[in-house]
Amino acid sequence: MAERERRHARPRGVIFVPRSQLLTEDEVERALRRMAHEVVERNDDPRTLVVIGLQTGGVPIAERLRDILADITGVDIEFGLLDVAFYRDDVSLHPVLESAETSISSDLTDRTVILVDDVLYTGRTIRAALNALSDWGRPRFVQLAVLVDRGHRELPIRPDFVGKNLPTSHDEAIDAGVDGVWIGTLVAK
Amino acid sequence: MSSDVVISGGTVIHARSTERADVLVRDGRVLAVGADLDRPAGATVIDAEGCWVGPGFVDLHTHLREPGREEAETVLSGARAAAVGGYSAVVAMPNTEPAIDNAMVAQFVLDRGREAVVDVAVAGAITIGRQGEHLAEIAEMAALGVRLFTDDGTGVQNPLVMRRALTYARPLGVRLAQHCEDEALAAGGVMNEGEVSSCLGLAGRTSVAEELMVQRDIELVRLTGCPLHFLHLSTARSIAMVTAARREGLPVTCEVAPHHLLLDDTACADFDAVFKVHPPLRTASDVSAARDALRDGRIDAVATDHAPHAPELKEMSFDDAPAGMLGLEHAASITLDVIGDDALRFFDVLSRGPAAIAQLRSSDERPRHSAHGGDVREGDDANLVVFDPRQRYTVDREKLQSRAVNTPYDGRVFVGRTRALLVRGNVRVNEGSLS
Amino acid sequence: MDWNVGGEVIDSIAGRNLITLRDVSQQAIVEILDTAEAFAEVNARAIKKVPTLKGRVVASLFFEESTRTRLSFETAAKRLSADVLSLAVASSSVKKGESLRDTIATIEALGIDAVVMRHSASGAPEQVSRFVPHVRVINAGDGQHQHPTQGLLDVFTIRQVLAARHGTTGRESGCELFAGLKVLIVGDLRHSRVARSDVMAYTTLGATVRVCAPGTLLPVDVSQWPVEVVENFDDALGWADVVGVLRLQKERGTGSLVPSLGEFTRTHGLTWERARRLSPSTLITHPGPMNRGVEIDSRVADLDVALMERQVANGVPIRMSVLYLSLAGRAPERSTDE
Repeated sequence: MAERERRHARPRGVIFVPRSQLLTEDEVERALRRMAHEVVERNDDPRTLVVIGLQTGGVPIAERLRDILADITGVDIEFGLLDVAFYRDDVSLHPVLESAETSISSDLTDRTVILVDDVLYTGRTIRAALNALSDWGRPRFVQLAVLVDRGHRELPIRPDFVGKNLPTSHDEAIDAGVDGVWIGTLVAK
Repeated sequence: MSSDVVISGGTVIHARSTERADVLVRDGRVLAVGADLDRPAGATVIDAEGCWVGPGFVDLHTHLREPGREEAETVLSGARAAAVGGYSAVVAMPNTEPAIDNAMVAQFVLDRGREAVVDVAVAGAITIGRQGEHLAEIAEMAALGVRLFTDDGTGVQNPLVMRRALTYARPLGVRLAQHCEDEALAAGGVMNEGEVSSCLGLAGRTSVAEELMVQRDIELVRLTGCPLHFLHLSTARSIAMVTAARREGLPVTCEVAPHHLLLDDTACADFDAVFKVHPPLRTASDVSAARDALRDGRIDAVATDHAPHAPELKEMSFDDAPAGMLGLEHAASITLDVIGDDALRFFDVLSRGPAAIAQLRSSDERPRHSAHGGDVREGDDANLVVFDPRQRYTVDREKLQSRAVNTPYDGRVFVGRTRALLVRGNVRVNEGSLS
Repeated sequence: MDWNVGGEVIDSIAGRNLITLRDVSQQAIVEILDTAEAFAEVNARAIKKVPTLKGRVVASLFFEESTRTRLSFETAAKRLSADVLSLAVASSSVKKGESLRDTIATIEALGIDAVVMRHSASGAPEQVSRFVPHVRVINAGDGQHQHPTQGLLDVFTIRQVLAARHGTTGRESGCELFAGLKVLIVGDLRHSRVARSDVMAYTTLGATVRVCAPGTLLPVDVSQWPVEVVENFDDALGWADVVGVLRLQKERGTGSLVPSLGEFTRTHGLTWERARRLSPSTLITHPGPMNRGVEIDSRVADLDVALMERQVANGVPIRMSVLYLSLAGRAPERSTDE
């Protein structure tokens, strides 16, 4: 299989080499639709929702989820981007990650944040995101939506909405996007 | 117990010839030189297989720092450094605190030198306090045996004072020596002025500061007829000017320091103040010119300009650190690197040339000092070095004899090392270390 | 001798000291600028702080007075949540002649991760880095040698302004806006560490640099600098896209090198008359503090194309970027023949 352009904020000099495809584009779309319905079921007022995509892998998923939610509810759901490079607690363990745009337009106090990421793994990215979000006020609820949960949590973090549970081993890697989900390995360039 | 020494199996380097021969030393003198000499009972035998056996080296230019800066070096510690470097005699520079500008301080250093492992001669200052204004008591110091006078550390800036000094010194049969650097032009610089200093943002000392005083003093020699020795020449042009003057018949001699034969100003790129020295390390082409001139006889002597400084002083900023680097222990290796297998020339520049300039030869009338730079013949004072031109070693600044550690050669691999040294027939160094 | 004097060129300052821009590649500089852009966004938020360097200790050691640069660095460190130890050594009891090793030993004993250092002697940070190799050393200006963060914030500012003109962002443009950019640096180059850093930053990014100064204020030997020396200041002004005006370093002895300040202004000052003849798109920078009326006319300093306020504002994100990369990053494994 051809190498895929990396989407996650992976360290420089590393690429994802796919082994097999686990979800097709259609299957991803169906999963996102189901998740969107779950979000609506859980939350009474769609106007309190703010969908925030985590850079960089969570962004296209968050955009799609937001569009589906807007479609279902007829409400123009607010959208934001969050980069957590400067909030990670393991900063000196990784080579420097490239940072991307953060844009959150309003005060999040009393809002319900739907935090969206592509893959949930150790939970450290989400922890960093929770840290970061507090710089924009005090949301009433933060709910986590991920396309893939691959297990191996290192912190007490759990998703509220999951597209697919995919048990993996540590030496495998997952690449998840709106066009499909692949399992493979990470290779140094 | 016999005081006989036999130096066995080496190649004796006379002034104009060499021979494979043993050397027998008794009562401080050379008793015999010849192949397969009989060994008297109880004699100390020094294995000189593969080595050159010649007159002990003579350093025209050592800073022993005593009196005044004993934390950096003393007469005794400096002498030990000299000994492992193959030197049987050193001339101590007068920029001590107080300066050696009168008979009393000269006597003090000479007395300290009597306990040293090598012969310590003394150079007196030309002017009082080395201030460049009033002549020091040159005749009084000469009476003690001082034969070389310099304000080293700085040059005599005022040409009238220099002329007067030359004229006064001439009938006394002593020699003046000059540290050539015009202070005004040098303008407080800390390294050679050029591309490197410009890039590093360090103030430079232009080579013209040296060349201008060399030129001036050549004219003063021409005017007064008085001999003058040029200390640590560092530029191609300086060497060329002195060479031309000598060809004209003027009584001038010159020396070059080991660091100017090996290092250029790019060594300062890391701002390590070990490489700060006056005159500064120059360009690669100056180094090349100095090496050529040493090989072909245009330079009379290698002189170390051994300049110890307490370690914390060399850890100050490049601007503030004092100038100077060590040299006694490695000068011979560097000279060998330049001169190669020409053993006659090797001993010319390390021993015979400097002995003549310092007036330490047997033919020079000197109270108290023994004779150096000899021909290795029967009857000579036994000031001899056994030098192994093949031995490789790595410089380790923690293992130096000097009290100070400011050597620019730390970690370098050198070839050529002193295996043994006799001073007045006493074995001071054997198997590479002090006895 | 080439400009590099034999140093290895590094592709990233991650985990390394920043003492000179001499051995810093284009890729490394762009990384610093792009990261600074992210920090500029942080600085625009209500809460201008990120936890990245929490628990790290940054000492600021200023042997030379400079309130502005020191505050800029300290603000940068605090916004990264680092602890800051501030020592204005110039006013402390450090005796003249105390070795650098002794001075740093005192602070090092307190356990610091980085030292930001300004000193009047060229090479002091380089020397200190040898005494404390495990501490990251950031040069805030050493004698006449280098002022790397100034050089970086200057090119960052130019990129920012040019990118906005082209309707893009600095990060998107990488360094293409510098290709062939015409930069004129004028004034006391001989004594200026900013000039040395600027020349390196601009030329590494691809700009063409010319320099202009009275004969006595040019560097002593400029033959190996990647610049062209021009004598006619007014012609050069017509050529330039960017004019970098330097301070007259009165305190470093410029005084005896030019006959009078007035003469300097007449020959090489950016006067109002000269500024009026500039192309309207030509940008003007100055590292500050300005000697208004000497190297630059007061009215010129207040023009829109004079970017000094932006330069000052950009100081914090650039310094956050440098501290972050230097402290948070990790240098590649060193080879044995280091």
